[in-house]
Amino acid sequence: MGSNRVLVVGGGLAGLSAAMKLAELGVPVDLLSLTPVKRSHSVCAQGGINSVSDLTRQDGDDEWKHFDDTIYGGDFLQNQPPVKEMAYWAPKVIDLMDRLGVTFNRTPEGFIDRRRFGGTLYKRTAFAGATTGQQLLYALDEQVRRRESEGLITKYEFWDFLGPILDDNGRCIGATAQDMVTMQIRSFPADAVIVATGGNGLLYGRSTMSVFCTGSAASRCFQAGAKMGNPEFIQVHPTAIPGADKLRLMSESARGEGGRVWVPRKPADPREPKSIPESERYYFLESRFPKYGNLVPRDIATREIFNICVNEGLSVDPTRMSVYLDLTHIPRAELDRKLGGILEIYEKFQGVDPRDEPMKIFPAVHYSMGGLWVDYEANADGGLLPGSPKNQSTNIPGLYALGECDYQYHGANRLGANSLLSCIFSGLFVGPGIVNWMKGNKAASDLPKSLFESAVNVQEARHKKLLSNVSGDENPYLIHQELGDVMTRAATVVRDNQQLTEAFDKVSQLKERAAKCALSDSGNWTNQNVIFTKAVQDMFPAAMCILKGALHRDESRGAHFKPAFSQPSLVATDPSERRLEAERWCDAFEENNSKFLKSTICTWNGNEPDLTYEAIDTRLLAPRPRLYGLVGAEVIEQVWKERSAAKAKKAESGKEQLVNS
Amino acid sequence: MIAPGNEATTKRRPAKINVRILRQDGPGLPGYWERHQVDYEPDMNVISVLQKVAAQAKTSEGQKVPPVAWDCGCLEEVCGSCTMVINGRVRQSCSALVDRLLEDDANEIELRPMTKFPVVRDLMVDRSRLFRSLQRVKAWVPVDGYYDMGAGPRISREEQEQNYPLSQCMSCGCCLEACPQFNKIEIQRQPGETNEDYAARKNAAFDQGFVGPHAISQAMLFNSHPVGKNMASERMEALTATGGVQACGNAQNCVAVCPKEIPLTTSIARAGRAATVYSIKKIFDR
Repeated sequence: MGSNRVLVVGGGLAGLSAAMKLAELGVPVDLLSLTPVKRSHSVCAQGGINSVSDLTRQDGDDEWKHFDDTIYGGDFLQNQPPVKEMAYWAPKVIDLMDRLGVTFNRTPEGFIDRRRFGGTLYKRTAFAGATTGQQLLYALDEQVRRRESEGLITKYEFWDFLGPILDDNGRCIGATAQDMVTMQIRSFPADAVIVATGGNGLLYGRSTMSVFCTGSAASRCFQAGAKMGNPEFIQVHPTAIPGADKLRLMSESARGEGGRVWVPRKPADPREPKSIPESERYYFLESRFPKYGNLVPRDIATREIFNICVNEGLSVDPTRMSVYLDLTHIPRAELDRKLGGILEIYEKFQGVDPRDEPMKIFPAVHYSMGGLWVDYEANADGGLLPGSPKNQSTNIPGLYALGECDYQYHGANRLGANSLLSCIFSGLFVGPGIVNWMKGNKAASDLPKSLFESAVNVQEARHKKLLSNVSGDENPYLIHQELGDVMTRAATVVRDNQQLTEAFDKVSQLKERAAKCALSDSGNWTNQNVIFTKAVQDMFPAAMCILKGALHRDESRGAHFKPAFSQPSLVATDPSERRLEAERWCDAFEENNSKFLKSTICTWNGNEPDLTYEAIDTRLLAPRPRLYGLVGAEVIEQVWKERSAAKAKKAESGKEQLVNS
Repeated sequence: MIAPGNEATTKRRPAKINVRILRQDGPGLPGYWERHQVDYEPDMNVISVLQKVAAQAKTSEGQKVPPVAWDCGCLEEVCGSCTMVINGRVRQSCSALVDRLLEDDANEIELRPMTKFPVVRDLMVDRSRLFRSLQRVKAWVPVDGYYDMGAGPRISREEQEQNYPLSQCMSCGCCLEACPQFNKIEIQRQPGETNEDYAARKNAAFDQGFVGPHAISQAMLFNSHPVGKNMASERMEALTATGGVQACGNAQNCVAVCPKEIPLTTSIARAGRAATVYSIKKIFDR
């Protein structure tokens, strides 16, 4: 009998931690990646990784509050058990990464230093300069190299995942993939396949993501029958450096370390920023959000920056929209120690030293909160049941999804420094569940060869058809640009139904045109042209999910903002009138939740996604209004508290009745 | 070729950019130069030039050609993918800004693949040897496992500040391209050979060559870690074997080209001293 193997697709934080954990459990792993795993996109994460620490604990913090911040920041769109489990694991994840040798910044006494990130009031974020993702990735890369030299992990780098292979019962028994150097297509029989292939920022043309982040692997699973959850939730990061080829991230840690966002009060002020006196500067985040200041959650900071440039005309640069992100009041030595990496990026690409001059930044597409739908099994405490094969499993048995490409942890908006945590946590946690899954099944290597051969044949046919299509008249690079423009216009910061409808039609047309792409390279050696064309073609199903999901979600929640369906601030000034207005606000909030506090679920029908909705598991925390900076927030909060208390009382007396009867 | 310094830096920008690219269709095949021309835009880097070259797939003379192959990833100089030789200098193509390059030579930008690694195609090279070196020096912390065992050892701020720069090495290969002691090892794939057999044959050949400054520096990083140093003697064994630290000729080119300004020569000096101590100790322990 053949032994069990797992195929891990993707070598970022999620894929590497899963591979490393499985190897520890004695499972042989094939690790497949588009790039040497050490170059995966996790390397770009800058600011840090969150957990409660001994220090924050003494200020009143605990795991529950980390969980609450994550749910509240995500506008209650997450199923709660996985998020709870993650928050409770977080300190252990950081301890492990510390043991693996990550060069976290230290306090003078030698403890791990922490900084504050958005959406929380505690300094939870551990960091290694401003290259935390790189440092975490390298630590995992080193452990995987260690297991590779022991023979338990086999790497396949410069390989493109083409799709899962299913048996006649719909179980995933491996995958097909293509060597990007020799162009050979082959099958990888596996008893479980983990897809940990990151986000899909390239749908938007330019974003903060690496060139590998096409979302094609997730799309190929989706087209093979895997469900997609909440695809319309795309995080637009408030602070990025605009560029011709890429929008480079300027980490939230710049604000965590005291960076201030401002614009001159006078539109088109021609003065040098440093010569503008304090009184003539508008620190709009600090003034509008006194509690969180520059560290409001990302969706909110993004909308404010967008608004101040687009609607209020206060962009600091007339040719290119931007606001100042100012660090010049912080001592140089401290900046170098804590933010060196990102300041160098700004300096290298903009030719200006941000220690001397405020940076010019603007929002950019950054992270996909949605992704492949995955299951979980809760335990009695409302966390996850360890070892359950359901955890992180897609609806295709044997196919698992982790990291940015799953939809599970960040709801409608991800908090900064939670992504690295979700990737490593899910990678470590999934291992025992997969071992249990494999126990009950016949080994994939013992299944009939024909299953694998026919899957390879399908992929070879697709490949050959593309190569022979020299007479087509479409250029994949230009189609990709057009797709990026449509998506950026219709599905980023502000969304509008008419625009989304038009964009969906446009994308459908582009999809047809992409099928007719002619290749400028018809060779069979390191043909990047054909690999890219396939990725572009597979972007369309994912793009359609985003647009359709956004179109049918007539509300504003987290990163999904539709002004036509937003709940306004309170306007009444008379206290009793204001109270009534707050009551109505809460009624509307409850009614909206009954309609839309649901996950969007997409399935592929061969032409376009079909939508259904799935209830959210809110067993631990009742949804409450997310009121950052809203006028009248205190009155709404008061009304909401009274209602919740009344409900709780009712529930309690109901229980008593049950007991007494 | 190193471009001669142009008279004065001209502020006037051209409408078009000329690019000369050293192409090669596959391993072991002859290289050939090809000229491309793309529209100038403000704030371009070599990546955006290559993206345009790929999109038009036509030479300056209008001849249709397959797109130029090259490797890239993050486009912000942290992944190490896009190393190539640009106007005679090895560097990342993402941080090679076109305006600066045109100051070197307003007429043309010259791109060629690294010379110390086998060309896969065009500007793409096979850098698997670089990763093999990390395996040779066992660049990892030998932890018991990945269960929760509490926090790691206390590390002083001073130590962290010494180690952090070393841990920023992104395996880009610039130091190896510049090193006179690091010479190309090219093992051709044999017909019908499996990937596994080919990799094994390559590794055996790589293990006879110089490990390179990047790997020596990583060995020093892990030798100074409180748990990593439990394997210090195994790392020193690798560094005193064939292709170890003694192969360094002290040209100091590595440190000059490192895009992350990692103090590679400091690491090499540390490794050299440790190698001497290790060798003497070995004699007495026999």
